[in-house]
Amino acid sequence: MIEAVARLGRATIDAVVQLGLAARFVIALLHHSGMTFRRLPLLIRDLYFAGVLSILIIVVSGAFVGLVLGLQGYDTLQRFGSETALGGVVALSLLRELGPVVAALLFASRAGSAMTAEIGLMKATEQLDAMDVMAVNPIARVIAPKFWAGVIAMPLLAAIFSAVGILGGWFIGVVVIGVDHGTFWSQMQNAVDFEEDVRNGVVKSLIFGVIVTWIAVFQGWSCTPTAEGVSRAITKTVVFGALAVLAADFVLTAFLFIGR
Amino acid sequence: MAQCVTERLVASLSGVDAGYGTRQILHGIDFTVHRGQVVAIMGGSGSGKTTLLRLMTGQLRPWSGAVEVLGVRLEQASEAQRYALRRRIGMLFQFGALFTDLDVFENVAFPLREHTRLPEPLIRDLVLLKLEAVGLRGAARLRTSELSGGMARRVALARAIALDPELILYDEPFAGLDPISLATIGTLIRRLNDALGAASVVVTHDVVESLALVDYVYFVSRGRIVAHGTPDEIRNASDPYVRQFVRGEIDGPAPFHYPAPPLAEALMEGQ
Ligand SMILES: Nc1ncnc2c1ncn2[C@@H]1O[C@H](COP(=O)(O)OP(=O)(O)O)[C@@H](O)[C@H]1O
Ligand SMILES: [Mg+2]
Repeated sequence: MIEAVARLGRATIDAVVQLGLAARFVIALLHHSGMTFRRLPLLIRDLYFAGVLSILIIVVSGAFVGLVLGLQGYDTLQRFGSETALGGVVALSLLRELGPVVAALLFASRAGSAMTAEIGLMKATEQLDAMDVMAVNPIARVIAPKFWAGVIAMPLLAAIFSAVGILGGWFIGVVVIGVDHGTFWSQMQNAVDFEEDVRNGVVKSLIFGVIVTWIAVFQGWSCTPTAEGVSRAITKTVVFGALAVLAADFVLTAFLFIGR
Repeated sequence: MAQCVTERLVASLSGVDAGYGTRQILHGIDFTVHRGQVVAIMGGSGSGKTTLLRLMTGQLRPWSGAVEVLGVRLEQASEAQRYALRRRIGMLFQFGALFTDLDVFENVAFPLREHTRLPEPLIRDLVLLKLEAVGLRGAARLRTSELSGGMARRVALARAIALDPELILYDEPFAGLDPISLATIGTLIRRLNDALGAASVVVTHDVVESLALVDYVYFVSRGRIVAHGTPDEIRNASDPYVRQFVRGEIDGPAPFHYPAPPLAEALMEGQ
Protein backbone atom coordinates (compact mmCIF):
# COMPACT_ATOMS: atom_id res chain seq x y z
CA MET A 1 0.00 0.00 0.00
CA ILE A 2 2.67 2.46 1.13
CA GLU A 3 4.72 1.28 -1.78
CA ALA A 4 1.91 2.02 -4.23
CA VAL A 5 1.61 5.55 -2.87
CA ALA A 6 5.35 6.00 -3.10
CA ARG A 7 5.31 4.78 -6.68
CA LEU A 8 2.48 7.16 -7.54
CA GLY A 9 4.44 10.00 -5.95
CA ARG A 10 7.57 9.11 -7.88
CA ALA A 11 5.66 8.91 -11.16
CA THR A 12 4.10 12.31 -10.47
CA ILE A 13 7.46 13.87 -9.68
CA ASP A 14 8.96 12.34 -12.83
CA ALA A 15 6.10 13.70 -14.90
CA VAL A 16 6.51 17.19 -13.47
CA VAL A 17 10.26 17.07 -14.04
CA GLN A 18 9.68 16.02 -17.66
CA LEU A 19 7.23 18.87 -18.13
CA GLY A 20 9.78 21.30 -16.73
CA LEU A 21 12.48 19.98 -19.05
CA ALA A 22 10.12 20.16 -22.03
CA ALA A 23 9.29 23.77 -21.16
CA ARG A 24 12.96 24.70 -20.87
CA PHE A 25 13.63 22.91 -24.13
CA VAL A 26 10.96 24.82 -26.03
CA ILE A 27 12.29 28.11 -24.68
CA ALA A 28 15.78 27.26 -25.95
CA LEU A 29 14.21 26.21 -29.24
CA LEU A 30 12.39 29.51 -29.68
CA HIS A 31 15.52 31.40 -28.67
CA HIS A 32 17.52 29.60 -31.39
CA SER A 33 14.91 29.84 -34.14
CA GLY A 34 16.63 32.66 -36.03
CA MET A 35 18.70 30.36 -38.23
CA THR A 36 15.57 28.51 -39.42
CA PHE A 37 14.25 31.60 -41.12
CA ARG A 38 17.60 32.96 -42.24
CA ARG A 39 18.51 29.70 -43.97
CA LEU A 40 15.39 28.62 -45.80
CA PRO A 41 16.89 25.46 -47.33
CA LEU A 42 16.97 23.98 -43.82
CA LEU A 43 13.29 24.74 -43.31
CA ILE A 44 12.35 23.54 -46.78
CA ARG A 45 14.11 20.22 -46.26
CA ASP A 46 12.11 19.55 -43.12
CA LEU A 47 8.90 20.84 -44.69
CA TYR A 48 9.42 18.22 -47.34
CA PHE A 49 9.87 15.44 -44.79
CA ALA A 50 7.10 16.53 -42.43
CA GLY A 51 4.65 17.91 -44.96
CA VAL A 52 5.05 16.57 -48.45
CA LEU A 53 5.70 13.00 -47.35
CA SER A 54 2.53 13.10 -45.22
CA ILE A 55 0.26 14.19 -48.06
CA LEU A 56 -0.49 10.71 -49.34
CA ILE A 57 -1.72 9.32 -46.03
CA ILE A 58 -3.67 12.54 -45.41
CA VAL A 59 -5.41 12.42 -48.80
CA VAL A 60 -6.30 8.74 -48.58
CA SER A 61 -7.58 9.01 -45.01
CA GLY A 62 -9.46 12.22 -45.79
CA ALA A 63 -11.19 10.52 -48.70
CA PHE A 64 -12.32 7.57 -46.59
CA VAL A 65 -13.49 9.75 -43.73
CA GLY A 66 -15.46 11.85 -46.24
CA LEU A 67 -17.04 8.77 -47.79
CA VAL A 68 -18.11 7.47 -44.38
CA LEU A 69 -19.42 10.91 -43.41
CA GLY A 70 -21.50 10.93 -46.58
CA LEU A 71 -23.01 7.54 -45.81
CA GLN A 72 -23.62 8.07 -42.11
CA GLY A 73 -24.73 11.68 -42.57
CA TYR A 74 -27.25 10.76 -45.23
CA ASP A 75 -28.55 7.81 -43.23
CA THR A 76 -29.15 9.93 -40.13
CA LEU A 77 -30.48 13.02 -41.92
CA GLN A 78 -33.03 11.17 -43.99
CA ARG A 79 -34.70 9.90 -40.79
CA PHE A 80 -35.63 13.52 -40.16
CA GLY A 81 -36.36 14.17 -43.80
CA SER A 82 -33.56 16.67 -44.05
CA GLU A 83 -31.10 14.92 -46.36
CA THR A 84 -30.68 18.20 -48.24
CA ALA A 85 -28.58 19.39 -45.27
CA LEU A 86 -25.92 16.80 -46.07
CA GLY A 87 -23.46 19.32 -47.52
CA GLY A 88 -23.51 21.41 -44.36
CA VAL A 89 -23.13 18.43 -42.06
CA VAL A 90 -20.18 17.01 -43.95
CA ALA A 91 -18.38 20.35 -44.16
CA LEU A 92 -18.97 21.34 -40.55
CA SER A 93 -17.87 17.97 -39.16
CA LEU A 94 -14.67 18.13 -41.16
CA LEU A 95 -13.78 21.79 -40.68
CA ARG A 96 -14.54 21.94 -36.98
CA GLU A 97 -13.46 18.53 -35.73
CA LEU A 98 -12.41 15.71 -37.99
CA GLY A 99 -10.06 17.67 -40.20
CA PRO A 100 -7.86 19.12 -37.47
CA VAL A 101 -8.08 16.13 -35.10
CA VAL A 102 -7.68 13.19 -37.46
CA ALA A 103 -5.03 14.98 -39.49
CA ALA A 104 -3.13 15.67 -36.24
CA LEU A 105 -3.36 12.03 -35.15
CA LEU A 106 -2.08 10.91 -38.55
CA PHE A 107 0.61 13.58 -38.46
CA ALA A 108 1.81 12.36 -35.05
CA SER A 109 2.18 8.82 -36.27
CA ARG A 110 3.63 9.61 -39.70
CA ALA A 111 5.74 12.76 -39.38
CA GLY A 112 6.09 13.01 -35.58
CA SER A 113 7.48 9.51 -35.20
CA ALA A 114 9.88 10.10 -38.10
CA MET A 115 11.17 13.28 -36.44
CA THR A 116 11.70 11.51 -33.13
CA ALA A 117 13.48 8.67 -34.90
CA GLU A 118 15.77 10.97 -36.84
CA ILE A 119 16.72 13.09 -33.83
CA GLY A 120 17.06 10.06 -31.55
CA LEU A 121 19.35 8.30 -34.02
CA MET A 122 21.46 11.42 -34.41
CA LYS A 123 21.78 11.50 -30.63
CA ALA A 124 22.55 7.79 -30.29
CA THR A 125 25.27 7.98 -32.94
CA GLU A 126 26.78 11.12 -31.37
CA GLN A 127 25.94 13.24 -34.42
CA LEU A 128 24.37 15.90 -32.20
CA ASP A 129 27.43 15.92 -29.92
CA ALA A 130 29.70 16.10 -32.96
CA MET A 131 27.78 19.10 -34.25
CA ASP A 132 27.95 20.81 -30.87
CA VAL A 133 31.71 20.25 -30.70
CA MET A 134 32.01 21.71 -34.21
CA ALA A 135 30.53 24.89 -32.71
CA VAL A 136 27.21 24.44 -34.48
CA ASN A 137 24.29 24.56 -32.09
CA PRO A 138 22.22 21.42 -32.77
CA ILE A 139 19.03 23.03 -31.45
CA ALA A 140 19.36 25.81 -34.00
CA ARG A 141 20.60 23.61 -36.85
CA VAL A 142 18.52 20.45 -36.44
CA ILE A 143 15.67 20.89 -33.96
CA ALA A 144 14.23 24.33 -34.69
CA PRO A 145 13.75 23.77 -38.45
CA LYS A 146 11.88 20.54 -37.72
CA PHE A 147 9.69 22.25 -35.15
CA TRP A 148 8.72 25.10 -37.47
CA ALA A 149 8.22 22.75 -40.38
CA GLY A 150 5.71 20.80 -38.28
CA VAL A 151 3.93 23.95 -37.16
CA ILE A 152 3.62 25.18 -40.75
CA ALA A 153 2.71 21.82 -42.27
CA MET A 154 -0.03 20.87 -39.83
CA PRO A 155 -2.72 23.47 -40.78
CA LEU A 156 -2.02 22.87 -44.47
CA LEU A 157 -2.40 19.12 -44.05
CA ALA A 158 -5.60 19.59 -42.06
CA ALA A 159 -6.94 21.82 -44.83
CA ILE A 160 -6.11 19.19 -47.46
CA PHE A 161 -7.77 16.56 -45.28
CA SER A 162 -10.97 18.60 -44.98
CA ALA A 163 -11.05 19.45 -48.69
CA VAL A 164 -10.62 15.85 -49.77
CA GLY A 165 -13.13 14.74 -47.13
CA ILE A 166 -15.74 17.17 -48.48
CA LEU A 167 -15.17 15.78 -51.98
CA GLY A 168 -15.66 12.28 -50.54
CA GLY A 169 -18.93 13.31 -48.91
CA TRP A 170 -19.99 14.94 -52.17
CA PHE A 171 -19.18 11.77 -54.10
CA ILE A 172 -21.35 9.59 -51.85
CA GLY A 173 -24.13 12.12 -51.42
CA VAL A 174 -24.45 13.52 -54.92
CA VAL A 175 -22.93 10.95 -57.26
CA VAL A 176 -23.87 7.71 -55.53
CA ILE A 177 -27.06 8.50 -53.58
CA GLY A 178 -28.39 11.28 -55.72
CA VAL A 179 -28.78 14.32 -53.46
CA ASP A 180 -29.22 17.40 -55.63
CA HIS A 181 -25.88 18.83 -56.70
CA GLY A 182 -26.82 22.49 -56.32
CA THR A 183 -28.51 21.95 -52.96
CA PHE A 184 -25.47 20.13 -51.61
CA TRP A 185 -23.14 23.06 -52.23
CA SER A 186 -25.54 25.90 -51.41
CA GLN A 187 -26.49 24.18 -48.15
CA MET A 188 -22.80 23.99 -47.31
CA GLN A 189 -22.27 27.64 -48.16
CA ASN A 190 -25.15 28.64 -45.90
CA ALA A 191 -24.15 26.44 -42.99
CA VAL A 192 -20.45 27.27 -42.84
CA ASP A 193 -19.42 30.53 -41.22
CA PHE A 194 -15.93 31.66 -42.13
CA GLU A 195 -14.99 33.13 -38.72
CA GLU A 196 -16.68 30.59 -36.53
CA ASP A 197 -15.91 27.42 -38.45
CA VAL A 198 -13.06 27.83 -40.91
CA ARG A 199 -10.87 30.13 -38.89
CA ASN A 200 -11.39 28.27 -35.64
CA GLY A 201 -10.58 25.01 -37.37
CA VAL A 202 -7.31 26.49 -38.59
CA VAL A 203 -6.53 27.78 -35.08
CA LYS A 204 -7.10 24.28 -33.76
CA SER A 205 -4.81 22.62 -36.26
CA LEU A 206 -2.13 25.23 -35.68
CA ILE A 207 -2.19 24.48 -31.95
CA PHE A 208 -2.19 20.74 -32.62
CA GLY A 209 0.81 21.26 -34.87
CA VAL A 210 2.70 23.01 -32.06
CA ILE A 211 1.78 20.29 -29.55
CA VAL A 212 2.57 17.27 -31.72
CA THR A 213 5.82 18.64 -33.10
CA TRP A 214 6.97 19.83 -29.69
CA ILE A 215 6.39 16.36 -28.27
CA ALA A 216 8.13 14.74 -31.23
CA VAL A 217 11.31 16.84 -31.11
CA PHE A 218 11.49 16.73 -27.31
CA GLN A 219 11.17 12.95 -27.18
CA GLY A 220 13.93 12.61 -29.76
CA TRP A 221 16.17 15.12 -28.00
CA SER A 222 15.78 13.64 -24.52
CA CYS A 223 15.72 9.93 -25.40
CA THR A 224 18.17 7.47 -23.92
CA PRO A 225 20.85 7.30 -26.62
CA THR A 226 20.53 3.60 -27.38
CA ALA A 227 18.54 1.60 -29.92
CA GLU A 228 16.06 0.66 -27.22
CA GLY A 229 15.80 4.24 -25.99
CA VAL A 230 15.05 5.54 -29.48
CA SER A 231 12.30 3.00 -30.06
CA ARG A 232 10.73 3.84 -26.71
CA ALA A 233 10.83 7.54 -27.58
CA ILE A 234 9.03 6.89 -30.88
CA THR A 235 6.25 5.04 -29.07
CA LYS A 236 5.95 7.90 -26.61
CA THR A 237 5.66 10.44 -29.42
CA VAL A 238 2.70 8.62 -30.94
CA VAL A 239 0.94 7.88 -27.63
CA PHE A 240 1.53 11.26 -25.94
CA GLY A 241 0.87 13.06 -29.21
CA ALA A 242 -2.52 11.40 -29.67
CA LEU A 243 -3.55 11.92 -26.05
CA ALA A 244 -2.45 15.53 -26.04
CA VAL A 245 -4.31 16.26 -29.28
CA LEU A 246 -7.56 14.75 -27.99
CA ALA A 247 -7.32 16.52 -24.63
CA ALA A 248 -6.44 19.83 -26.27
CA ASP A 249 -9.31 19.36 -28.71
CA PHE A 250 -11.77 19.19 -25.83
CA VAL A 251 -10.40 22.34 -24.24
CA LEU A 252 -10.22 24.23 -27.53
CA THR A 253 -13.73 23.22 -28.55
CA ALA A 254 -15.04 24.46 -25.22
CA PHE A 255 -13.33 27.82 -25.66
CA LEU A 256 -13.50 28.43 -29.39
CA PHE A 257 -16.95 27.17 -30.31
CA ILE A 258 -19.12 26.76 -27.26
CA GLY A 259 -17.90 29.12 -24.58
CA ARG A 260 -18.92 32.36 -26.22
CA MET B 1 58.86 15.25 -30.27
CA ALA B 2 58.95 14.93 -26.52
CA GLN B 3 61.49 17.75 -26.48
CA CYS B 4 58.78 20.23 -27.46
CA VAL B 5 57.46 20.17 -23.90
CA THR B 6 58.80 23.63 -23.20
CA GLU B 7 56.76 24.99 -26.12
CA ARG B 8 53.41 26.63 -25.88
CA LEU B 9 50.82 25.13 -23.58
CA VAL B 10 47.69 24.11 -25.47
CA ALA B 11 45.52 22.59 -22.77
CA SER B 12 45.88 22.20 -19.05
CA LEU B 13 43.71 20.83 -16.29
CA SER B 14 44.74 21.34 -12.72
CA GLY B 15 43.08 19.85 -9.67
CA VAL B 16 39.91 19.14 -11.62
CA ASP B 17 36.93 17.36 -10.06
CA ALA B 18 34.00 16.65 -12.36
CA GLY B 19 30.98 14.42 -12.75
CA TYR B 20 27.38 14.06 -13.90
CA GLY B 21 24.51 15.12 -11.66
CA THR B 22 25.71 14.33 -8.15
CA ARG B 23 27.95 11.46 -9.22
CA GLN B 24 31.63 12.34 -9.21
CA ILE B 25 33.62 10.73 -12.03
CA LEU B 26 36.97 12.55 -12.06
CA HIS B 27 39.07 13.29 -8.97
CA GLY B 28 41.88 15.84 -8.83
CA ILE B 29 42.99 15.58 -12.45
CA ASP B 30 46.26 17.28 -13.44
CA PHE B 31 46.95 17.12 -17.14
CA THR B 32 48.84 19.15 -19.75
CA VAL B 33 49.36 19.06 -23.51
CA HIS B 34 51.82 21.22 -25.41
CA ARG B 35 51.97 22.23 -29.00
CA GLY B 36 53.45 19.53 -31.24
CA GLN B 37 52.71 16.77 -28.74
CA VAL B 38 50.56 13.70 -29.17
CA VAL B 39 49.39 12.65 -25.72
CA ALA B 40 47.57 9.42 -24.90
CA ILE B 41 45.03 8.91 -22.17
CA MET B 42 44.78 5.23 -21.31
CA GLY B 43 42.55 3.37 -18.95
CA GLY B 44 39.81 0.81 -18.74
CA SER B 45 36.22 1.34 -19.87
CA GLY B 46 34.24 3.64 -17.63
CA SER B 47 37.34 5.10 -16.01
CA GLY B 48 36.41 8.62 -17.16
CA LYS B 49 38.45 9.14 -20.32
CA THR B 50 35.62 10.49 -22.45
CA THR B 51 34.58 12.70 -19.56
CA LEU B 52 38.07 14.20 -19.59
CA LEU B 53 37.71 15.06 -23.27
CA ARG B 54 34.29 16.60 -22.64
CA LEU B 55 35.94 18.95 -20.14
CA MET B 56 38.36 20.14 -22.81
CA THR B 57 35.61 20.91 -25.33
CA GLY B 58 33.55 22.70 -22.71
CA GLN B 59 30.68 20.22 -23.01
CA LEU B 60 31.04 19.62 -19.30
CA ARG B 61 31.96 22.13 -16.60
CA PRO B 62 34.37 21.13 -13.84
CA TRP B 63 33.03 21.12 -10.28
CA SER B 64 36.30 22.58 -9.11
CA GLY B 65 39.81 23.18 -10.40
CA ALA B 66 40.91 24.97 -13.55
CA VAL B 67 40.53 23.98 -17.19
CA GLU B 68 42.38 26.14 -19.70
CA VAL B 69 42.32 25.34 -23.41
CA LEU B 70 44.02 27.54 -26.01
CA GLY B 71 44.08 30.38 -23.53
CA VAL B 72 40.38 30.15 -22.64
CA ARG B 73 39.41 29.50 -19.02
CA LEU B 74 36.55 27.07 -19.50
CA GLU B 75 35.17 26.92 -15.98
CA GLN B 76 33.85 30.46 -16.37
CA ALA B 77 33.50 30.79 -20.17
CA SER B 78 30.19 31.94 -21.66
CA GLU B 79 28.38 29.94 -24.32
CA ALA B 80 29.69 32.30 -27.01
CA GLN B 81 33.26 31.88 -25.77
CA ARG B 82 32.92 28.11 -25.70
CA TYR B 83 31.59 28.05 -29.27
CA ALA B 84 34.38 30.36 -30.41
CA LEU B 85 36.92 28.02 -28.81
CA ARG B 86 35.43 24.92 -30.41
CA ARG B 87 36.12 26.28 -33.87
CA ARG B 88 39.81 25.89 -33.03
CA ILE B 89 39.35 22.29 -31.82
CA GLY B 90 38.79 19.19 -33.94
CA MET B 91 37.30 16.07 -32.44
CA LEU B 92 37.05 12.54 -33.74
CA PHE B 93 34.24 10.61 -32.11
CA GLN B 94 34.44 6.94 -31.28
CA PHE B 95 32.48 5.70 -34.30
CA GLY B 96 33.02 8.76 -36.47
CA ALA B 97 29.60 10.35 -35.85
CA LEU B 98 29.30 11.23 -39.53
CA PHE B 99 26.05 12.90 -40.54
CA THR B 100 24.01 10.14 -42.10
CA ASP B 101 21.94 12.44 -44.31
CA LEU B 102 25.04 13.89 -46.01
CA ASP B 103 27.55 12.18 -48.30
CA VAL B 104 31.29 12.04 -47.64
CA PHE B 105 32.01 15.33 -49.41
CA GLU B 106 29.25 17.23 -47.62
CA ASN B 107 30.32 15.84 -44.25
CA VAL B 108 33.80 17.28 -44.69
CA ALA B 109 32.36 20.50 -46.12
CA PHE B 110 30.00 20.89 -43.15
CA PRO B 111 32.32 22.93 -40.85
CA LEU B 112 33.44 25.06 -43.79
CA ARG B 113 29.88 25.85 -44.85
CA GLU B 114 28.78 26.57 -41.29
CA HIS B 115 31.69 28.76 -40.27
CA THR B 116 33.03 30.41 -43.39
CA ARG B 117 31.61 32.28 -46.36
CA LEU B 118 34.06 30.82 -48.85
CA PRO B 119 32.97 30.56 -52.48
CA GLU B 120 31.93 27.11 -53.66
CA PRO B 121 35.05 26.36 -55.80
CA LEU B 122 37.30 27.08 -52.82
CA ILE B 123 35.23 24.86 -50.51
CA ARG B 124 35.48 22.12 -53.10
CA ASP B 125 39.27 22.43 -53.26
CA LEU B 126 39.63 22.46 -49.48
CA VAL B 127 37.42 19.40 -49.05
CA LEU B 128 39.34 17.48 -51.70
CA LEU B 129 42.64 18.43 -50.03
CA LYS B 130 41.42 17.20 -46.65
CA LEU B 131 40.12 13.99 -48.18
CA GLU B 132 43.43 13.55 -50.00
CA ALA B 133 45.23 13.88 -46.66
CA VAL B 134 43.33 10.85 -45.35
CA GLY B 135 43.57 8.99 -48.66
CA LEU B 136 39.89 9.13 -49.53
CA ARG B 137 39.62 11.72 -52.27
CA GLY B 138 38.16 9.05 -54.54
CA ALA B 139 35.37 8.37 -52.04
CA ALA B 140 34.06 11.94 -52.03
CA ARG B 141 30.66 11.07 -53.46
CA LEU B 142 30.04 7.88 -51.48
CA ARG B 143 27.24 7.83 -48.96
CA THR B 144 28.20 7.26 -45.35
CA SER B 145 26.37 3.93 -45.33
CA GLU B 146 28.76 2.66 -48.00
CA LEU B 147 31.89 3.20 -45.87
CA SER B 148 33.73 0.56 -43.86
CA GLY B 149 34.49 1.32 -40.20
CA GLY B 150 38.05 2.39 -40.98
CA MET B 151 36.99 4.61 -43.88
CA ALA B 152 34.26 6.26 -41.80
CA ARG B 153 36.86 7.04 -39.15
CA ARG B 154 39.12 8.63 -41.79
CA VAL B 155 36.30 10.73 -43.23
CA ALA B 156 35.49 11.89 -39.72
CA LEU B 157 39.15 12.77 -39.31
CA ALA B 158 39.08 14.83 -42.51
CA ARG B 159 36.01 16.62 -41.15
CA ALA B 160 37.70 17.20 -37.78
CA ILE B 161 40.68 18.91 -39.43
CA ALA B 162 38.60 20.89 -41.96
CA LEU B 163 39.19 24.16 -40.13
CA ASP B 164 42.89 23.46 -39.36
CA PRO B 165 42.41 23.00 -35.60
CA GLU B 166 45.10 23.78 -33.05
CA LEU B 167 43.98 20.91 -30.82
CA ILE B 168 42.68 17.56 -32.05
CA LEU B 169 40.89 15.17 -29.72
CA TYR B 170 40.42 11.50 -30.52
CA ASP B 171 37.97 9.32 -28.61
CA GLU B 172 39.04 5.69 -29.03
CA PRO B 173 40.13 6.09 -32.65
CA PHE B 174 41.28 2.46 -32.86
CA ALA B 175 38.23 0.74 -31.40
CA GLY B 176 36.83 -1.99 -33.61
CA LEU B 177 39.30 -1.55 -36.49
CA ASP B 178 41.17 -4.27 -38.38
CA PRO B 179 45.00 -4.15 -38.02
CA ILE B 180 45.55 -2.35 -41.33
CA SER B 181 42.99 0.39 -40.69
CA LEU B 182 44.37 0.67 -37.19
CA ALA B 183 47.90 1.28 -38.42
CA THR B 184 46.56 3.77 -41.00
CA ILE B 185 44.73 5.80 -38.38
CA GLY B 186 47.77 5.70 -36.11
CA THR B 187 50.03 7.03 -38.83
CA LEU B 188 47.50 9.71 -39.76
CA ILE B 189 47.22 10.93 -36.19
CA ARG B 190 50.95 11.49 -35.99
CA ARG B 191 51.30 12.91 -39.49
CA LEU B 192 48.38 15.34 -39.26
CA ASN B 193 49.50 16.56 -35.86
CA ASP B 194 52.95 17.38 -37.17
CA ALA B 195 51.70 18.85 -40.45
CA LEU B 196 49.22 21.15 -38.75
CA GLY B 197 51.59 22.04 -35.91
CA ALA B 198 48.75 21.11 -33.60
CA ALA B 199 48.49 19.19 -30.34
CA SER B 200 46.61 15.90 -30.11
CA VAL B 201 45.00 13.98 -27.28
CA VAL B 202 44.26 10.33 -28.00
CA VAL B 203 41.96 8.39 -25.70
CA THR B 204 42.61 4.71 -26.18
CA HIS B 205 43.11 1.34 -24.62
CA ASP B 206 45.18 0.06 -27.49
CA VAL B 207 48.55 -0.12 -25.74
CA VAL B 208 50.95 -1.36 -28.40
CA GLU B 209 49.74 0.95 -31.17
CA SER B 210 49.67 4.06 -29.06
CA LEU B 211 52.96 3.60 -27.19
CA ALA B 212 54.68 3.56 -30.58
CA LEU B 213 52.88 6.73 -31.62
CA VAL B 214 52.67 9.19 -28.76
CA ASP B 215 55.02 11.48 -26.87
CA TYR B 216 53.46 11.17 -23.44
CA VAL B 217 50.98 8.92 -21.67
CA TYR B 218 48.52 9.45 -18.83
CA PHE B 219 46.95 6.45 -17.13
CA VAL B 220 43.48 6.89 -15.71
CA SER B 221 41.85 4.49 -13.32
CA ARG B 222 38.49 5.09 -11.64
CA GLY B 223 38.65 8.81 -12.32
CA ARG B 224 42.20 9.39 -11.08
CA ILE B 225 45.50 9.77 -12.90
CA VAL B 226 47.49 6.86 -11.53
CA ALA B 227 50.61 7.20 -13.65
CA HIS B 228 52.10 9.30 -16.40
CA GLY B 229 55.30 9.44 -18.38
CA THR B 230 56.95 8.95 -21.74
CA PRO B 231 56.31 5.65 -23.54
CA ASP B 232 59.68 4.31 -22.36
CA GLU B 233 58.93 5.19 -18.76
CA ILE B 234 55.55 3.53 -19.07
CA ARG B 235 56.95 0.32 -20.54
CA ASN B 236 59.33 0.02 -17.60
CA ALA B 237 56.92 1.26 -14.96
CA SER B 238 56.75 -0.55 -11.66
CA ASP B 239 53.20 0.57 -10.86
CA PRO B 240 51.16 -2.65 -10.72
CA TYR B 241 48.12 -1.16 -12.46
CA VAL B 242 50.21 0.11 -15.38
CA ARG B 243 52.04 -3.21 -15.66
CA GLN B 244 48.76 -5.08 -15.74
CA PHE B 245 47.40 -2.78 -18.43
CA VAL B 246 50.51 -2.75 -20.61
CA ARG B 247 50.88 -6.51 -20.50
CA GLY B 248 47.18 -7.22 -20.78
CA GLU B 249 46.93 -9.47 -17.72
CA ILE B 250 43.38 -10.23 -16.74
CA ASP B 251 43.69 -10.00 -12.98
CA GLY B 252 45.57 -7.50 -10.89
CA PRO B 253 44.75 -4.15 -9.33
CA ALA B 254 41.94 -3.97 -11.92
CA PRO B 255 40.00 -7.04 -10.82
CA PHE B 256 38.65 -9.73 -13.16
CA HIS B 257 35.64 -10.27 -10.91
CA TYR B 258 32.84 -7.78 -10.54
CA PRO B 259 32.44 -7.24 -6.76
CA ALA B 260 30.33 -10.09 -5.35
CA PRO B 261 29.94 -12.11 -2.16
CA PRO B 262 32.12 -15.24 -2.00
CA LEU B 263 31.11 -17.93 -4.49
CA ALA B 264 30.51 -20.51 -1.76
CA GLU B 265 27.93 -18.25 -0.14
CA ALA B 266 26.12 -17.70 -3.45
CA LEU B 267 26.01 -21.44 -4.14
CA MET B 268 24.65 -22.15 -0.66
CA GLU B 269 21.81 -19.66 -1.16
CA GLY B 270 20.30 -21.83 -3.87
CA GLN B 271 19.68 -24.71 -1.48
N1 LIG C 1 26.10 11.74 -19.81
C1 LIG C 1 26.34 10.99 -18.72
N2 LIG C 1 25.51 11.04 -17.66
C2 LIG C 1 25.74 10.31 -16.56
N3 LIG C 1 26.78 9.48 -16.39
C3 LIG C 1 27.66 9.37 -17.42
C4 LIG C 1 27.48 10.12 -18.63
N4 LIG C 1 28.51 9.82 -19.46
C5 LIG C 1 29.28 8.93 -18.79
N5 LIG C 1 28.79 8.66 -17.57
C6 LIG C 1 29.39 7.77 -16.58
O1 LIG C 1 30.67 8.24 -16.27
C7 LIG C 1 31.59 7.18 -16.14
C8 LIG C 1 32.80 7.44 -17.01
O2 LIG C 1 32.36 7.48 -18.35
P1 LIG C 1 33.34 7.78 -19.55
O3 LIG C 1 34.05 9.06 -19.28
O4 LIG C 1 32.51 7.70 -20.78
O5 LIG C 1 34.35 6.56 -19.47
P2 LIG C 1 35.35 6.00 -20.57
O6 LIG C 1 35.30 6.91 -21.73
O7 LIG C 1 36.67 5.96 -19.89
O8 LIG C 1 34.86 4.63 -20.91
C9 LIG C 1 30.85 5.91 -16.52
O9 LIG C 1 30.58 5.20 -15.32
C10 LIG C 1 29.58 6.38 -17.16
O10 LIG C 1 28.51 5.54 -16.78
MG1 LIG D 1 34.60 6.58 -23.67
